[in-house]
Amino acid sequence: MIQHLVDGILVGSILSLGAIGLTMAMHMLRFANFSHAELLSIGAYCALVFDGVFQAVYAPLGNVIGPLSLTWALALAIVISMAITGGSAILIDRLVFTRVRAKGGELSMVFASFGVAMIIRNVLGLIFGLQVLLYSKDIVFAVVLSRDPFLLVKPDQIFSLVAALIIMFVFHLVLSRTTFGYSLRAVAENPELAQVSGINLSRIITLIWIIGGGLAAAAGVFYGLTNQINPVLGRDLLLPIFAATIVGGIGSIYGAALGGFLVGIASNLALLILPSGYSPAMPFLIILAVLIIRPTGLFGEERH
Amino acid sequence: MSSIAIDARDIVAGYFPELPILKGVSLKAEAAKVTVIIGPNGAGKSTLIKAIAGLVKVSTGSVMLSEKDITNPRPDQMGGFGVAYVPQSNNIFRSLTIRQNLELLLRNAGTDRAARLDALFVQFPPLAEKQNQKAGSLSGGQRQFLAVAMALAVNPSVILMDEPSAGLSPMAAQEVLAHVRHLTTQGVTIILVEQNVKQALRLADHCYILADGRNQIDGPAEDLISDPVVAQIYLGGKRVAVT
Repeated sequence: MIQHLVDGILVGSILSLGAIGLTMAMHMLRFANFSHAELLSIGAYCALVFDGVFQAVYAPLGNVIGPLSLTWALALAIVISMAITGGSAILIDRLVFTRVRAKGGELSMVFASFGVAMIIRNVLGLIFGLQVLLYSKDIVFAVVLSRDPFLLVKPDQIFSLVAALIIMFVFHLVLSRTTFGYSLRAVAENPELAQVSGINLSRIITLIWIIGGGLAAAAGVFYGLTNQINPVLGRDLLLPIFAATIVGGIGSIYGAALGGFLVGIASNLALLILPSGYSPAMPFLIILAVLIIRPTGLFGEERH
Repeated sequence: MSSIAIDARDIVAGYFPELPILKGVSLKAEAAKVTVIIGPNGAGKSTLIKAIAGLVKVSTGSVMLSEKDITNPRPDQMGGFGVAYVPQSNNIFRSLTIRQNLELLLRNAGTDRAARLDALFVQFPPLAEKQNQKAGSLSGGQRQFLAVAMALAVNPSVILMDEPSAGLSPMAAQEVLAHVRHLTTQGVTIILVEQNVKQALRLADHCYILADGRNQIDGPAEDLISDPVVAQIYLGGKRVAVT
């Protein structure tokens, strides 16, 4: 039970990072972006490439940090990957979404996002192959935190959780202490009022893609670090991230963060009573339950 | 001679170019006066101030701010021109605190920010008391005061308001409108849309009556109050028998 709860929290932190970006873009651009989870894949592969590049350029960067399998090179690569994935998100918006939005409706955008997701997935497959890749081939043993109840955790998992929590905390400080953060929240709540309050909407949308892409990249790397990297990483995480967004309420940044943890924990606890083959169905059930009980999500509000 | 703050000429505007809501409306708002726009539902009152604010596209016609052409501005540029727009509803950010709402509007004020925030709180003491509460927790009247305070944060020369008294109790409405009236003593020009015609005419210096996207009558408010046609249509005056 405790093991499942802890595993749920660990997965939840990754889902939260993905869901925060998705909820912001979805609320503001008013369409369900099915390509968002592919940004996690871009982030994961990008970090893999730069990890290799940094190690090749300066070998000592290949040393692992403490008990982790994470190298100094990969730690640096995470930052680069966040920036590049943010840039990719803007590029996708400019190349596809902005153009489709100009001519089509919300539904066209949804289909376009499906298309974008398939393109990204297959291009990654073409470049890196369909096989499973790992940041480190070293075997990192899990640490037994407790024998009764039995609790096993890998150092990399602790690192991912702490890093995700730090990123979310920094983002929380930005949202709650800076006028830039107020602008983001203002645009999320009421874009028209935000505009007449002097906020340049297109600039904020660009920044939201950067932030959403950056958070997704971090989530992708943390997922790769604690699991594995493959071209369908995004596809596998798409539903849980959507579930987290819907649970939290579309447009609610804090809701998305909490939703990620709830979905992660619920999916893992479900393994106690369901065979593991049913695990992918959990996000569906969560989405259904939320839509029936509270269609606007935990923190969502009716649209104005 | 008094100066004209906003001069909107022959405005044709609407949400779809083939379906104009405004079909050639003109409006002149005198500086530091209250100009009220009234008219039946669907007359285009709100569309007119939205068109001035840049929220509805003007297909023909022009909007002049003093001598400057500000037709079809980007809505976020209006504050820079010294024009603030207060929507009828959802005119505050409910998820932000009162203080955050005001700080957001004052974000470009630089070193003046603290002083200007204090000045706003002095002007609106109830907002100062509740500054750390979520704006969504405010009563209807207090929300309107916050919306007015947010408009004032950009030091505007013109404020466009869409039915500031809508949904308020008569007392709260009177309080808000009295405050709006008072702003003209600070040199602010007010253009507002109002449903309550009696209230509007008492408040206004000049009044425009629109119907079906066109100008009907306009003139000094005191003249319109005593105008038999206006009294008949809008003020519940005696109807003329149809022969």
